[in-house]
Amino acid sequence: MTGRNLPPLSLHVPEPAFRPGDTVDFADFEMPVAGAVRRPPIDASPRDVRDMAYAMVRVLDDEGRAQGPWDPRLAPETLLKILRSMALTRAFDERLYRAQRQGKTSFYMKCTGEEATSVGAAHALDYDDMCFPSYRQQGLLIARDWPIVDMINQIYSNRADRLKGRQMPIMYSVRQANFFSISGNLTTQYPQAVGWAMASAARGDTRIAAAWCGEGSTAEGDFHSALTFAAVYRAPVILNVINNQWAISSFSGFAGAEATTFAARAIGYGIAGLRVDGNDALAVYAATQWAADRARNNHGPTLIEHFTYRAEGHSTSDDPSKYRSAEEGGKWPLGDPIARLKKHVIGLGIWDEERHAAMDLEVAELVKAAQKEAEKNGILQDGLKQSFDSMFEDVFEEMPWHLKEQSAQMHDERKAAGI
Amino acid sequence: MTGESRTMNMIQAINSAIDVAMGRDEKIVVLGEDVGYFGGVFKATEGLQKKYGKTRVFDTPISECGIIGVAVGMATYGLRPVPEIQFADYIYPALDQLVSEAARLRYRSAGEYTAPITVRTPFGGGIFGGQTHSQSPEGIFTHVAGLKTVIPSNPYDAKGLLIAAIEDNDPVIFFEPKRIYNGPFDGHYDRPVQPWSKFAESAVPDGHYTVPLGKARVVREGNDVTVLAYGTMVHVAHSVIQETGVDAELVDLRTLVPLDIETVVESVKKTGRCMVVHEATKTSGFGAELSALVQEHCFHWLEAPVQRVTGWDTPYPHSLEWAYFPGPVRLTEAFKRVMQD
Repeated sequence: MTGRNLPPLSLHVPEPAFRPGDTVDFADFEMPVAGAVRRPPIDASPRDVRDMAYAMVRVLDDEGRAQGPWDPRLAPETLLKILRSMALTRAFDERLYRAQRQGKTSFYMKCTGEEATSVGAAHALDYDDMCFPSYRQQGLLIARDWPIVDMINQIYSNRADRLKGRQMPIMYSVRQANFFSISGNLTTQYPQAVGWAMASAARGDTRIAAAWCGEGSTAEGDFHSALTFAAVYRAPVILNVINNQWAISSFSGFAGAEATTFAARAIGYGIAGLRVDGNDALAVYAATQWAADRARNNHGPTLIEHFTYRAEGHSTSDDPSKYRSAEEGGKWPLGDPIARLKKHVIGLGIWDEERHAAMDLEVAELVKAAQKEAEKNGILQDGLKQSFDSMFEDVFEEMPWHLKEQSAQMHDERKAAGI
Repeated sequence: MTGESRTMNMIQAINSAIDVAMGRDEKIVVLGEDVGYFGGVFKATEGLQKKYGKTRVFDTPISECGIIGVAVGMATYGLRPVPEIQFADYIYPALDQLVSEAARLRYRSAGEYTAPITVRTPFGGGIFGGQTHSQSPEGIFTHVAGLKTVIPSNPYDAKGLLIAAIEDNDPVIFFEPKRIYNGPFDGHYDRPVQPWSKFAESAVPDGHYTVPLGKARVVREGNDVTVLAYGTMVHVAHSVIQETGVDAELVDLRTLVPLDIETVVESVKKTGRCMVVHEATKTSGFGAELSALVQEHCFHWLEAPVQRVTGWDTPYPHSLEWAYFPGPVRLTEAFKRVMQD
């Protein structure tokens, strides 16, 4: 354009603060004060809680004391149950990660450092509330006391795998525990959770739905469709965004974190948005409880951003030291969720180091025993697999001619080949 | 049971199907853009909101991904959603929810969860709709394991097939040939449309009945060549058969997946020749599948190569719509080719 004296345009491509080899310093991180954020009434209008999307609900302070209006004041047995579920989740992850490294299965994903975001939420929901998880919510099943041997059977795709070896490891489906079938396609569960919640409301039910996705996949269209529908129909649903800072090798800036918070996505849709310390199990519990009460009383949906850190790689298929500084996890300013709750219950005088060590041993033994039990039904590689016929089942309720024909062809070809 | 018959066009028959199904099963819900108070841009859901209430028939945001995603969630809850996608051309934002979710839910959860949803969507051209209101994307869905694809060609079948689809426990894509909503189309765009009331298939029972999925219909028996068609093209082909006097057997497939292979094979073995007709683009279209199946099952009976008469491999044009549309000129030439050898 003539007559203009402007510099050429430049494209901004986000870059994380730290790459491999960098010294990590979170000095710029403004640590929100535990207990400082107000707790609005559950019938507050979304417009009146906009500030909550930029604040951060924290209950546990650095000394492990519960502070402020969000303290859920849980009974000792509930606190210890949450602690144990998180410890069991971590022990489960460690052992199954190793099983993958030993060649017993093809793939595994840990949720290390993020245990509170599932376990804390599960305890604040009713058992019959419907969960639409992403792939890192194993803590939901563990918190709901689902047998871990069944989870391991799925991870091994063995004879006892109820999913008949059809899904990659950790893509559980547990209808009995009100846990939806996990999809590898990201955030497809978000509009589904909204639809389930709409159905519950339309039928005059009392149950609500909850969904989880990562901060990276908030960029998917499904996320935005889900928020639109949730807002329009005031669906009784809790939409959790686990902001663990990393989507495989892409930091949260590639989902928009440089410009705003993920909780603030709610504001444009007219939904209540909360941002919580995802490494604080009590804050997660309290926020979930607030959102659940809100939903159950017909005040509509809540988006909760859980600010946390993915302490390990995305999965067994990537090496995080290739794209981020190895120091990040250790220096994460919000600490570790298990260590923080442990400090809290010790401070309350209902727990001690000795019992904690005994619990760690107990859960490790529990996982070991479950693994041994599962291996009686085989591991991925040892030939103890599902029947070949099962490959053609469940595509449709009744098998149509073309699948019968293909099944017969498979058998004929294998027979001809002498296998 | 089925009660009296009335004369209905396809829209009325589809409306009646949903009405009858909703009256029998309170779990059936209808959702989509403009389907509620207004009754849909083609009026297929007219009066249903008034009759069944806003929580069973409701308008949605303009988000096909959301419509189908929400429908899958509602099905998980235990409802039987019948979403409308206003034009088949708009269905692509919903592909992930259809292909990766609805189609595979039963399989990936080993039957724990299912998606008994029926997606209704008007498709096909001949209405000067240009490239965004004329497409025939059925081949995209027939390629997906776990989806059923149904296409009616007249009011009687439309109602019976739609009720069967809604009562089916698998996800069904129900394509409605919008060119023939008000009357069959003989392919001569310059002639006035004949209303359905002049044709026997417009006699539609008021009550409940089904036309089973997976069963084709022999529209016209013949001995020299088998014509496989569905939707609007059934009528175009029928008209050309009558005009040319060729002794063709015309098969209306009605369901593409699962296909009625027996009827197809029986007919081709009798005639020894086969022509496949659809409006969708040619390459990787459903006609390619039909052609391959005929060759696999009837090779020794074939006296000539299978002829495909389809839309050209271009986007659907606006002003040149009738040069794109596989109409009487192209069908007549194809009949000459298939009868030549």
